[in-house]
Amino acid sequence: MVGITSYGAYVPLYRIARMTIYQALGWLNPASLLPGEKAVANYDEDSISMAVAAAVDCLDGADRGKVEGLFFATTTAPYKERQNAGIIATALDLNSEVRTSDFATSLKSGTGALISAYDAVSSGSAKSVMVCAADCRLGKPGGYQEEIYGDGAAAVLLGNKDVIATIEGTFSLSYDFVDVWRAAEDKYNRSWEDRWIRDEGYGKFIGEAISGLMKKYALSSKDIAKVVYPCIYIGAHASIGKKLGFGPGQIQNHLFTEIGHTGTAYPLMILVAALEDAKPGDKIIVASYGNGSDAVLLQVTKEIEKVKERRGIRKHLASKKDIGLYEKYVTFREVLNIDTGGRGDEVGTTQMTIMWRERKMLLGLSGVKCKRCGTPQYPPQEICANPKCGAVNEMDDYRFSDKRGQLFTYTGDILAFSPSPPAIYGMVNFDGGGRWLFDLTDCELDSLQVGMPVEMSFRRKFHDVQRGVHVYFWKATPIRA
Amino acid sequence: MAEGVKDKIAIIGMGCTKFGERWDASPGKLIVEAFTEALQDAGIEKKDIDAAWLGTCYEETSVGKSAIPLAVTLKLPFIPATRVENFCATGSEALRGACYGVASGAYDIALAVGVEKLKDTGYGGLPQSDTQVGTTLRFAFPNYTPPGMFAMMGTRYFAHYGLSPQDGKRVLAHISVKSHHNGAMNPKAHLRREITIEDVLNAPIIAWPLGLFDCCGVSDGAAAAIVCRADIAKKYRPDPIYVKSLQIAASSGEEMMCTEWDFSHVESTVHAARRAYKEAGIKTPRKEISMMEVHDCFSITELTIYEDLGISPRGRAREDVEAGFYDLSGTIPCQPDGGLKCFGHPIGASGLRMMYEMYKQLQGKAGPRQVKNPKFGLTHNMGGIPPLNVVSICIVGL
Repeated sequence: MVGITSYGAYVPLYRIARMTIYQALGWLNPASLLPGEKAVANYDEDSISMAVAAAVDCLDGADRGKVEGLFFATTTAPYKERQNAGIIATALDLNSEVRTSDFATSLKSGTGALISAYDAVSSGSAKSVMVCAADCRLGKPGGYQEEIYGDGAAAVLLGNKDVIATIEGTFSLSYDFVDVWRAAEDKYNRSWEDRWIRDEGYGKFIGEAISGLMKKYALSSKDIAKVVYPCIYIGAHASIGKKLGFGPGQIQNHLFTEIGHTGTAYPLMILVAALEDAKPGDKIIVASYGNGSDAVLLQVTKEIEKVKERRGIRKHLASKKDIGLYEKYVTFREVLNIDTGGRGDEVGTTQMTIMWRERKMLLGLSGVKCKRCGTPQYPPQEICANPKCGAVNEMDDYRFSDKRGQLFTYTGDILAFSPSPPAIYGMVNFDGGGRWLFDLTDCELDSLQVGMPVEMSFRRKFHDVQRGVHVYFWKATPIRA
Repeated sequence: MAEGVKDKIAIIGMGCTKFGERWDASPGKLIVEAFTEALQDAGIEKKDIDAAWLGTCYEETSVGKSAIPLAVTLKLPFIPATRVENFCATGSEALRGACYGVASGAYDIALAVGVEKLKDTGYGGLPQSDTQVGTTLRFAFPNYTPPGMFAMMGTRYFAHYGLSPQDGKRVLAHISVKSHHNGAMNPKAHLRREITIEDVLNAPIIAWPLGLFDCCGVSDGAAAAIVCRADIAKKYRPDPIYVKSLQIAASSGEEMMCTEWDFSHVESTVHAARRAYKEAGIKTPRKEISMMEVHDCFSITELTIYEDLGISPRGRAREDVEAGFYDLSGTIPCQPDGGLKCFGHPIGASGLRMMYEMYKQLQGKAGPRQVKNPKFGLTHNMGGIPPLNVVSICIVGL
């Protein structure tokens, strides 16, 4: 029995109402207004950081040492060369004997990674494989794509023990149907005419894959509890299900008006939402769309009743903050090239030797715990920081990224350059011991209080533009409900 | 404890430039300005100097590394010269080098010069400092500036002692108003305007809870001292000033990594002060210290220094501040020259600038700012941030 053993998701805190975009740029294209809002990444988030957040949600206390593979699907990989999945695996503090791969360039690469992980576990070559999918795509300002795309991530753990939803079968289609595309040198997506996409691609391939899957496994629409597939056009989304014989109650809410189209992560995010409400025995079909389609058949088991509630989709949806200004959104995404005031231009050299040597400390937020006196300390020390101890080289690794803490003190600094001033930072005292100074993110200065609980979030620290390096580190955030 | 340096070294000459936005002046020009005054004050010639120390912190915006620029600028004749750096305590470190050189018997007369050119960066505040904590730690440090690092001490101090931000900010405002009052009388100060409590409270926030007037200025400047063996000092002038103690303490890391430290005081100051009083033979500093120049980079820093020096009781500096204890007319005038608040903080120069004021005050040459019959003057020079720092304390007297 092989299938999903755990799931998690991540939706960034910020949302932008599509009306806010329309108010800024609707004059360019008066017919462009779409309903609802979409999720937008903070300035310090990208596909890697969101994938880490979803993976942390999915791991939820699981033994990280047992994860034998990590597959990452995205079309917005921060690196074209340097494995993005490897950064995620290091941030998650996974064992270095782990199989990592990036799945890229198509919106169906999230389901592609899922099928590959399923195959790996089925073949017996790995017992447990994590699949992360995240995207943070950009449409050109003023166009439809800008309103369509949202940012988010999903993660599922595949295994052969304590399976909550078995994978019963798959069906794949590949077509070089170029509806949206982005060449290597492009920042923004391009697209062909909407009517053609809707009628010849989106409206056909998902149905073809799902009916192909049902035929292959001799199922009818009555056998399926939920069918899950992405939305580009709200009307067409409903028609696809209807044509396949599904009633409105069988079609999983597409979240297009809450989150937007989150690329490779999209089908997996709505799958997570479906699993949040699933009952033992439910059959679920998840299908992707992009250069064809993958359809996957799942069957929910009794184990799902043991799953602890996590943030998933439901809690993340409820926890949100309106970004307010379109200008803020385009500043965060570096669409607007703001004046950094001189101070912000000064970025020191990023040394790959240091990044390698201190990878556990910097990407994994790993410190040490003294074997003699038990004091957790960050960063790793050779000589125990406890003045009453002083043990030399008697340290065990100690992971801080999954520890909560309390905000011991803080400030909001307007002198330091930040794309979202003031730069907020403070000292965190970790539950169980250890402290350090951290940037704070996803919060307002006025909402902070000395002593309030905080948790750690993996973020993009800075972009060393001169050397083409995205530097990541952990920041503190108020506990997200 | 070792024997110490008490009464082994005398200061016989000092110089200090006008501090400010010295758009006209290169670091070299500032060095010459301070050195010339010190040399004339000491009444010696350049050839009498046996060794020299240069204090400068940001080589990127100053003379560069090493002491060569000092030797070349002053055309020193192949004498021993050393550059020192210890963050914002760099100026005191140059003085300490010169003093220890003399106290060791290696030299009879030594020169200490501190200089910093901060106004060549193109933006406000200190030069962007992410690499200052090291090439590894910078990746694990927040995106900070010094105001923010000290502002966190304000947030914590207020919480620790149950002060509302409004009450806390009002206490801090007293400190800045006092320093501006003194600085307004000092022609060498950068900022020379009297301010009111309301000015401080209404100023824009720089790093919460600190506003503009809670922060010291950003200036260019240099200062210099000529020191000699105490037993030959009177050969050069009738009123040399004697070094009673010279101490420095550096953080051990426990503040930053162990959860005991309260972020409401600076541990290094406590240690440096304890040793400095012992070396100088001072038992009750609140009764014996006549005046002081402390590291008031921010108003909150000065408030906590009062307590860390053991002059105000722990948690009760507020009462002394409000009673005017540290005002020019108070029991222990603090920052009689206007402090970093009014001089600004050209890093390498500040420690020597503090000493310049103590020296002039002890000689009775401080004009309208003269403190009555001072016996002991104390300088406190801090480098770094509240959880990671070096603190230098020097006590001088007649």
